[in-house]
Amino acid sequence: VTLLPVSIEINGTTFNRTIEPRLLLSDFIRHEARLTGTHVGCEHGVCGACTVQLDGRPVRSCLLFAVQADGHSVRTVEALAVPGAKLHPLQQAFHEQHALQCGFCTPGFLMTLEPVVRDTPVQQLDEETIREALAGNLCRCTGYHNIVSAVRVAAERMQGNGESAES
Amino acid sequence: MTATDPYVGRSVLRLEDDRLLRGSGRFVDDVDVPGQLWVRIVRSPLAHARIVGVDASEALSAPGVVTVLTGEDVADVEAIPLRLDWPGYELEPFLQPVLARERVRYVGEPVAVVLAETPYLAEDAAERVFVDLDPLPVVLDAREGIADEAEPLREGRTNQVVLMEKGYGDVDAAFANADHVVRAKFTTGRHTGVPMETRGLVADYDPGRGRMTIWGATLVTHYHRRVLSRLLGLALNQIEYRPTDSGGSFGVRGDFFPEDFLVAHLAYKLGRPVKWTEDRAEHLVATNHARQQRYEIEGAFDGEGRLLGLRTEVWHDKGAYLRPTGVTVAEITLGILPGPYRLPAYQAKLHVVTTNKTPIGAYRAPGRYQTTFARERLLDIAAAQIGLEPAEIRRRNLVAPDEIPWEPGLIYAGESFMLDSGDFTGMLEKSLEAAHYAEWEQEAAQLRSEGRLVGNGIGYWIDKSGLGVYETAGIEVDPSGKIRVLTGGASTGQGIETVMAQIAADVLSVSPEQIEVIYGDTNLIPDGVGSWSSRSTVIGGSAVRAAGLATVEKARRLASEFLEVAEQDLVVEEGRVYVQGSPDRGMTYGELASANDTLTAARLDEDPGLGAREIFIDKHMNYPYGVNLVQIEIDQETGGIQVRRAFCSAECGKAINPMLVAGQAAGGVAQGLGGALLEEFVYDEDGTPRATSFMDYLLPTALEVPPIQTLLLEDAPTPTNPLGAKGMGETGIIGIGAAIGNAIDDALQRPDTVHALPVTPERMLALLETPVHA
Repeated sequence: VTLLPVSIEINGTTFNRTIEPRLLLSDFIRHEARLTGTHVGCEHGVCGACTVQLDGRPVRSCLLFAVQADGHSVRTVEALAVPGAKLHPLQQAFHEQHALQCGFCTPGFLMTLEPVVRDTPVQQLDEETIREALAGNLCRCTGYHNIVSAVRVAAERMQGNGESAES
Repeated sequence: MTATDPYVGRSVLRLEDDRLLRGSGRFVDDVDVPGQLWVRIVRSPLAHARIVGVDASEALSAPGVVTVLTGEDVADVEAIPLRLDWPGYELEPFLQPVLARERVRYVGEPVAVVLAETPYLAEDAAERVFVDLDPLPVVLDAREGIADEAEPLREGRTNQVVLMEKGYGDVDAAFANADHVVRAKFTTGRHTGVPMETRGLVADYDPGRGRMTIWGATLVTHYHRRVLSRLLGLALNQIEYRPTDSGGSFGVRGDFFPEDFLVAHLAYKLGRPVKWTEDRAEHLVATNHARQQRYEIEGAFDGEGRLLGLRTEVWHDKGAYLRPTGVTVAEITLGILPGPYRLPAYQAKLHVVTTNKTPIGAYRAPGRYQTTFARERLLDIAAAQIGLEPAEIRRRNLVAPDEIPWEPGLIYAGESFMLDSGDFTGMLEKSLEAAHYAEWEQEAAQLRSEGRLVGNGIGYWIDKSGLGVYETAGIEVDPSGKIRVLTGGASTGQGIETVMAQIAADVLSVSPEQIEVIYGDTNLIPDGVGSWSSRSTVIGGSAVRAAGLATVEKARRLASEFLEVAEQDLVVEEGRVYVQGSPDRGMTYGELASANDTLTAARLDEDPGLGAREIFIDKHMNYPYGVNLVQIEIDQETGGIQVRRAFCSAECGKAINPMLVAGQAAGGVAQGLGGALLEEFVYDEDGTPRATSFMDYLLPTALEVPPIQTLLLEDAPTPTNPLGAKGMGETGIIGIGAAIGNAIDDALQRPDTVHALPVTPERMLALLETPVHA
């Protein structure tokens, strides 16, 4: 078996490893970097549970080989709030709006939605736009209803329109 | 809201969220034990075949392979026993062996197990296990499966596992006297729960101490321990199950599956830790399927649309084997069919049939989704025939408050069907009003007049909750003051930690944040019945309440000793026991626990520390009920159905945490929509499953699910538990299939159109092309 050296930065730490070319990025994150917040739900790119950010863009880590991330920067759910620190506003909104039940799909939703609540102007985040943004991630527990609310609340807070977000 | 207001009844934010949001939950695949080996299951590629031989020689010499297990290696292990066994049925011949021998009976059946150093190597080697199979004819339909010419799945036996008959009253007379007789045939598809986390197990056997530790059995760990003890030949107390977070269950992950034995067996045999993580393709053929049923049903009505009698025959496709819930789904199907209606006579027959497909088990509201579809569709068809509005035919038949308790004499699942509390007409009126259903109807009529196919549908449902007899609970106060609640229930993601903490907090006069809830750990919790049948809050919560009351009693006894005051002069408030009128003279729970040390305890003739263990025994199931309403639009070009509005009401008795109940209801609605419109396990003619990925088995996304309105009522607390609570885990889902079917009929203004779920775009187009016959 040919092994390849890779250097992948995850949440600010560089991981230098020699790996099989077929090793999935999701397995690299979970087993090599020991960051188990990234979950694997289907391993064929449909459910979105394994979503991480590669150079700032949400991607499915089960559809990438780790060698493809060589020299790139990966951000996982663990980076949203460091241990002991307050939750990220999106996480806080998920908590307050009851937007998670079993929590297995949640890290994928958070990593998909974080750029959305940060960058999409609140005025544009109507019901349909939010649902479009969610549509690539599967949740089996919540029926999505409260995730839609959480996105709205988080965007309002992050974009400095806090008054309507107070509950 | 003040500090003394109860936590029960409040939408307390969840205690489990913080770790889950940070990605620091601990799911089974997050558990690693140094030196662990990885399992890959070799599964049957054919639906029905004789096993000629299993050749593992090439796999055994593949890199990293430690061993390969085949059926012959475990030939002396008994089949997986039942967890729910109702008297009167002979089911043993239909139980599943841990590995197939001689014959395979469904695609996905475990045939061999490869154990290797890494999961990648295990998967490589599994492809080099050659299973020589001689194909046999397949049985893929329950009704055809019991025909004379059908291929028997077991030598010397027909494919009919059980013919179940239930009923009461004089049904023949009811039909003889009827003004209207309405007949219909219905089928419900093959679905399953599809939790987002697949199954997984880690087993670690310590040969020195003779102890087996297992992670990954989430739903009923104490039952798993009993079964493993029996199959492995270890004593119960040599086996410990440890808890993990659970990425959903919906009932399908509760059973003891072949893998639960195989992983532990290999760890035991080799004295090394063994890990298995199911992949999604395996999950879709190996974990329980659910629901597939076919109904022929007829109702007898008088001239005013009142039900006189109901007669039905049901064919229930059970798949290749009985899983541990046995024929419980069939029992419930017939038990729930009469629903909330004043049905004077009932006669039901149900064939449980084994077929060459994945075994069928319990999935959220087992039996209820199907049976409610058949009954509520029949009522709509009858309403059209008799000339009544759908809401009106229900009004005329719902059990009235003065008829409670309603106990018509129907025995199922070991007890008599009895609606012990309920205001069923009140629920209907309140639901129609809260949803502004009259406006939905006007809107739909308006849109139809513009040529669009928009319609509304009602599904009135009842549920049953609390089947599982008893639950245990413990409370332990740490000297630091931290309080631990131990429950025999389990976490399926439903919020059990928060709910149990709320119940304990009120009884103990503390806040839920001071409480840690432990579940699923057989070391800390001697016995438990688990989380299924919407039982944890009603039975487990009642046990926690009892343990809390016993703890407070003990705290008062101890404080009376230590403070030298009579018990009746003590006040319990905010985690402290103090002397009435002298708040400074008191002790916290932690101080009491600490002061009651071994010597003191001996002097006082008490157990040391502070806490209690209790058991709550449930005498009778309770019956939640509610109404699903939907509005849909049919796309005439594509056959696609858009759900425009969805509503779900539920009678909670007492909602411990309304936010969580509404969350359960909304999730149930979405799951129900999946089964009504998208999800289906389809098979080729030779029994090869076509839906083995999320590209073929379609779960609803945020675009298919509309905003969901919920209405929670507390009009009818159940007398069966001290909380008055009814189980809410299966609300939302039950009446959705029925409501969708009724809404499609309404959109087309053509009663008696929808007879099968799911109504996929393909099926909808076919229905649009069907000539009107009603």
